[in-house]
Amino acid sequence: MRRDRRLLQTMAAAAAAALALLALWAGGAVGLVGATLSEEERRVLADLLGPRLPLLVMVALAAIGAAVAAAQPLYRRWIAPPGRLLEQARVLASTDTLRELRPDGASRDVMGLAQLINDLVGQREQFKRDIAEQVAQASRNIEQERNRLAALMSELTQSVVVCNLDGRILLYNNRARLQFRALSDAPTLAGGSELIGLGRSIYAVFDRRLVAHALDSVQQRLQRGVANPSAQFVTTTRSGQLLRAQMAPVRGVAEEGADAPPPISGFVLMLDNITREFEQESARERLLHGLTEGSRGSLANLRSALEMLDDEGLGPELRERFIGVARDEAQAMSRRIDEVAAQTSEGLATRWPLEEMLGADLVQAAQRRIEALTGLRTGQHELDESLWLKLDSFALLQALAYLAQRLRDEIDVRSVHLRLSAADAQRARLDLVWSGRPMSTETVINWERDPISAGGETSSLTVRDVVQRHSGEFWFETDRTRHQAFFRFLLPLAQAAREDADAAFLRSDSRPEYYDFDLFARSESSHALDDRRLVELAYTVFDTETTGLDPAGGDEIIQIGATRLVNGKLLRSESFDQLIDPRRTIPAASIPIHGITPDMVEGKPNIDEVLPAFFRYAQDTVLVAHNAAFDMRFLQLKEAATGVRFEQPVLDTLLLSAVVHPNQESHRLEAIAERFDITVIGRHTALGDAMVTAEVFQKLIPLLAEKGIHTLGQAREAAQQTYYARIKY
Amino acid sequence: MTTRILIADDEPNILISLQYLMKREGYEVHVARDGQEALDMLRAVQPALVLLDVMMPKKTGFEVCQELRADEAIRATRVLMLTAKGRDTDVAKGLGVGADAYMTKPFSTKDLVQKVREMLVAGAA
Repeated sequence: MRRDRRLLQTMAAAAAAALALLALWAGGAVGLVGATLSEEERRVLADLLGPRLPLLVMVALAAIGAAVAAAQPLYRRWIAPPGRLLEQARVLASTDTLRELRPDGASRDVMGLAQLINDLVGQREQFKRDIAEQVAQASRNIEQERNRLAALMSELTQSVVVCNLDGRILLYNNRARLQFRALSDAPTLAGGSELIGLGRSIYAVFDRRLVAHALDSVQQRLQRGVANPSAQFVTTTRSGQLLRAQMAPVRGVAEEGADAPPPISGFVLMLDNITREFEQESARERLLHGLTEGSRGSLANLRSALEMLDDEGLGPELRERFIGVARDEAQAMSRRIDEVAAQTSEGLATRWPLEEMLGADLVQAAQRRIEALTGLRTGQHELDESLWLKLDSFALLQALAYLAQRLRDEIDVRSVHLRLSAADAQRARLDLVWSGRPMSTETVINWERDPISAGGETSSLTVRDVVQRHSGEFWFETDRTRHQAFFRFLLPLAQAAREDADAAFLRSDSRPEYYDFDLFARSESSHALDDRRLVELAYTVFDTETTGLDPAGGDEIIQIGATRLVNGKLLRSESFDQLIDPRRTIPAASIPIHGITPDMVEGKPNIDEVLPAFFRYAQDTVLVAHNAAFDMRFLQLKEAATGVRFEQPVLDTLLLSAVVHPNQESHRLEAIAERFDITVIGRHTALGDAMVTAEVFQKLIPLLAEKGIHTLGQAREAAQQTYYARIKY
Repeated sequence: MTTRILIADDEPNILISLQYLMKREGYEVHVARDGQEALDMLRAVQPALVLLDVMMPKKTGFEVCQELRADEAIRATRVLMLTAKGRDTDVAKGLGVGADAYMTKPFSTKDLVQKVREMLVAGAA
């Protein structure tokens, strides 16, 4: 349309121009020629031309027609292409469209211009790609560094916690986790995860003033220009443990060209539990002190008496008395030495450093070693795979291979197998079993005392040494009913690692979520929680299993499961999972629903113990549950008995789902999970349901945002207004 | 006039040696078996020097020494502390509360005699 109009305009302009030229020519010719003619001649001319005027007009019209006809190619070549080029170039400039400009039939200059624009667009695209590539590379590097750091931290044997200036935990490692577990008031309940967790406050463990003081001294050292400013403090925790913390600052990034050093943005705490060390040190100190000062007195008496005996003029009676003193004091010192020796033999014996190892791994390694060195066939029976041992594994494997070799060489055994089970809470039994002939006690004692040598390697150790290293025992037994004989080792179990293994069992993800650097940027907002954005809050997502539906009628909680959602990340490794003894019967009809039988809750803690632990676990967070009103009713009815009040805001995924999908019929957890395509595992355990609820909540947050619901306050208000909220539970 | 010396120690096994030693040196020897008795004897006997053990019942040697220095009548008594407490801090405390010298057990009797002689000479001068 537009091009047509411009074409018509051009043609009209050409016609007008031709007409004007003709008029000028005609006017000029008539005027100038007319001026040279006489009256007579003008009349003759008029007579001559007058009748032929239509011819003249026709010539003029033909000329105008020619001009209009010529205008079209002119327009196509000179006028239209720049216009088109302009429009196309505008499109290129204002959008990301990639197209080469080809103004066909345009003049050479316009073609050149188009080429130039094409080149510029090409350059622009290249820049964009370069920048994108650089950004991607940089993020890959950062991600890699983060992962490397996280991996490094998790392997460290020192416990490390990184906090921002508000004392919120951004990163911690596995060691710290174990240590905090030991610090916990309720170690079996919350397992320390009420103390340590991403986004939690370190001030739950340490006095705020103590940390502030350490930060102050770090700041001062920084100002004095100390290269590695750090501060140390020792503190006792609520559970009476002695902790030594070393603090190092985390510096921000310096602004370009700024003279001042970058400000501190957080701090690293390296923690040592020195309770045991300290106790040992004090015991050692007391012993040493007793030994020196106690001996000084006796020695003084002894020495003085002996020196008096040198006196020539000493009478026989006095001489006898001095000898009596010497005898007396020599005996007193002997007694003291015996006492000290008795005390030290346990406490101060040098302990061989033992490593923690999964029992099943040891058995496997032993089988491989025995097969490789002796060619015997090996097997395993009755292997308790959950056992963790504290071992000098190298020496122990040598001892096992050595015993197997002697069995082969001296009593012609063809195959052996290994057995591992727990003897009691502290020790495990590792048996090297063979079928056939038993052997004499003497032979066993000899084998135990001979230096270990197997496969051409000889060691200075004996089996007995290896056993002593483990503070263990070793003996020989026969099992006549099975026609078997075996060597039995008693070996120490590793307590901490076992607990850790249990904890690891709960996690479903390969990598534990031990760090969240995005929390660095977050600072304590002065806003009330209601104004905080949903995405930046910390949540405790929980579920309970109960004996029935009527808390007022005597139904009780039998299980609480919870997980944490911080900065949009589900922290599976910081979960809470506890069975509770309801101190009443569990109705048989409810057992198929929750799968908890009376024997499972036997000996478990009561709600009075569990609720305070859960309260600490949930402190500083927003509670989230599916059909929260139900769970909250149970919690509220226990307020008087347990003394804990859950006063934090509560969000209900059932109501929020109704806000997001008002037309859906069902807002049961299974139905929502299915809508969101969430894989449900372990449904109808409290922790399993809490996990599903947390994933549902994660998916709900962006959907709520689409509806303009961004803050906690908005979410609560929207939930209140749903149909479901009006049904009173 | 013979020089009077008080030995304050609760251990009979050292008392017998010290007593013999000091008598052999020709001093007039008095003995106290706890801190309180030591103070009473100091006031009653007015010895020139006291061999003072730190670890005694009723009053420690440190306390005796402090009270002695605070009492005008017996302030000039020379004090030699004899003790099994051998740490630097104990020595510093002994001298701090007013002892003239401090010997850590076990000691050589020869050194002890020598020390007592020196202190008495210094006290007389």
